[in-house]
Amino acid sequence: MEEFFQQLTNGLAVGGIYALIALGYTMVYGVLKLINFAHGDLFTYGAYLGLTLLTSLALTDRLGFAAGVLVLALMVMGLVAVLGAILERAAYRPLRQSPRLSAVVSALGASIFLQNTLMLIYGARFQVYPDNILPAATLNVFGLYLPLMRVLIVLASVLMMVALYLFIQKTKIGTAIRAAAIDQDAARLMGIDVNRVIMLVFLVGPALGGIAGLMVGLYYGQINFTMGWVYGMKAFTAAILGGIGNIPGAMVGGLLLGVVEALGAAYISIAWKDAIAFCVLILILIVRPTGLLGERVADKV
Amino acid sequence: MKPRLKWLGAGAFVALMAVAPLFLNAYQVDVLNSIGLYALLGLSLNLILGEAGLFNMGHAAFYAMGAYTAAILNTRYQIPILWTLPLSGAVAGAFALAVARPVVHLRGDYLLIVTIGVGEIVRIALVNDVFGITGGANGIFGIARPRVFGYVIRRPDQFFYLIWGFVALTIFLFLRLRKSRFGRALNYLREDEVAAEGSGIDTAYYKLAAFGLGAAWAGMAGTLFAAKMTIISPESFSFWESVVLFMIVILGGAGSIAGVLLAAFLVVGLPELFRELSGARMLVFGLVMMVMMVVRPQGLLPARGHRFSWAGPQKGVER
Repeated sequence: MEEFFQQLTNGLAVGGIYALIALGYTMVYGVLKLINFAHGDLFTYGAYLGLTLLTSLALTDRLGFAAGVLVLALMVMGLVAVLGAILERAAYRPLRQSPRLSAVVSALGASIFLQNTLMLIYGARFQVYPDNILPAATLNVFGLYLPLMRVLIVLASVLMMVALYLFIQKTKIGTAIRAAAIDQDAARLMGIDVNRVIMLVFLVGPALGGIAGLMVGLYYGQINFTMGWVYGMKAFTAAILGGIGNIPGAMVGGLLLGVVEALGAAYISIAWKDAIAFCVLILILIVRPTGLLGERVADKV
Repeated sequence: MKPRLKWLGAGAFVALMAVAPLFLNAYQVDVLNSIGLYALLGLSLNLILGEAGLFNMGHAAFYAMGAYTAAILNTRYQIPILWTLPLSGAVAGAFALAVARPVVHLRGDYLLIVTIGVGEIVRIALVNDVFGITGGANGIFGIARPRVFGYVIRRPDQFFYLIWGFVALTIFLFLRLRKSRFGRALNYLREDEVAAEGSGIDTAYYKLAAFGLGAAWAGMAGTLFAAKMTIISPESFSFWESVVLFMIVILGGAGSIAGVLLAAFLVVGLPELFRELSGARMLVFGLVMMVMMVVRPQGLLPARGHRFSWAGPQKGVER
């Protein structure tokens, strides 16, 4: 039972990270009907930028742990959001009117480009987050010992998801995003600047992806320039699982996938861990392509 | 391009390739062999991605199926490697049919994601030594050299004729296929699936057939790869291999056989010329993919539509 709860909480932490990345996929898909393949690499940029800022600015030494990490997180979110906006301008806006394949290929190209830029800057080896900065404390919750970072990640990701949900559902800008996702032309006629909505989506999505990258760095301690691909694929699976284009769906899908993967790795086979997500992906596309809470994705002729 | 000029160009290319090993050193011939293998794989993917318009980014999985089938049959049962060609093609094709059957109706980019997933699952299965026959992460070694009429094929220039002979055969067959009823049906469903279905084309059948045939050809290319390397391991069949193949088809011009050949030369050959910049190879690939989609989305040598000659009105018929 002890191990089950450890795996469950671990799965929730990883699932929270997947959910944050999945939100970026699902928001972009909702508005542009495009799979942003470069999103996983923006997540990696979050991890690398976090490492660089953490070590070069020594934020946690100057401000203390809590304030330091908070400032760091805000900086990473801002920088990755800017990167996302640049990506949209450079790789996707010129192809707005092109066939779908063109945009998909451009997205893949952007992914490869971003990934290899990181490799040329930082080198191909794993980079390690300094472990003396983070408190190695564990919390005692009803007799279970949980690492502090795990609890913080679950709390932070849930907090951000709730904030995003309120932003999308309750504010005027959120309404504009939802309107543009339903029908761009109608939204334009209602006086919504769709280009600005798209830009906004490419700021919010990458910001969440970037913070997820920082979390992975803080949680696992080591990062690699190719990790965005695996995390991106899994987060995409989470987005499909919940129903792509659907924001609560991405949250549910992410947490669910994280838990399934952690339990699968613990009780089935650790060597097949990465295959579990892909099997879930294929199964869901065959059995219920709309996802748990989502729209239809397969064309019926 | 005028038809005569086109044939002249093709003839010059064939003549040049036929004598190339006489002038080049072993390393250069080896590069040409790699280009030949990628050309084969690109042509087989072109059938799926180019002709039928099905986004397949797990082509390395079918390639791996063929290579592993050949390697296992050769090292365990001592079957001569070239004899395994039809069988490894059949295994890869059957695997593709089984995988594609439930997902082939998915919309373009979802099919892309599923095929990526299939490719990864196959790679993970190979690394995990599934059924205890794939040799795990180390792969399979000690694959016997191929023999043709008692001659053992060993040197790069001998492989050159084997590989490029197979490429020539493939080009001939695929050109015929393109002009056939089958090829036209694939093009039709790529351009407009609803209209194709309305004209009585069984789209599911043709999509599956394209998948099966393309995968079978990739499987045979895998056999040649296994014969050439004598060692195969899962890392030769990674996701990036699929990306490079996808790129060859898109860069060359989807559906264009000449384009795929040209792109294979560019994508595999150029990095060999600029070896000191090899670290930036993928970076340039990514940039090229982005720029191409804006500047020339149809590829370097785009495929031309089908043309049919019309002899003019029959004599004696009033118009």
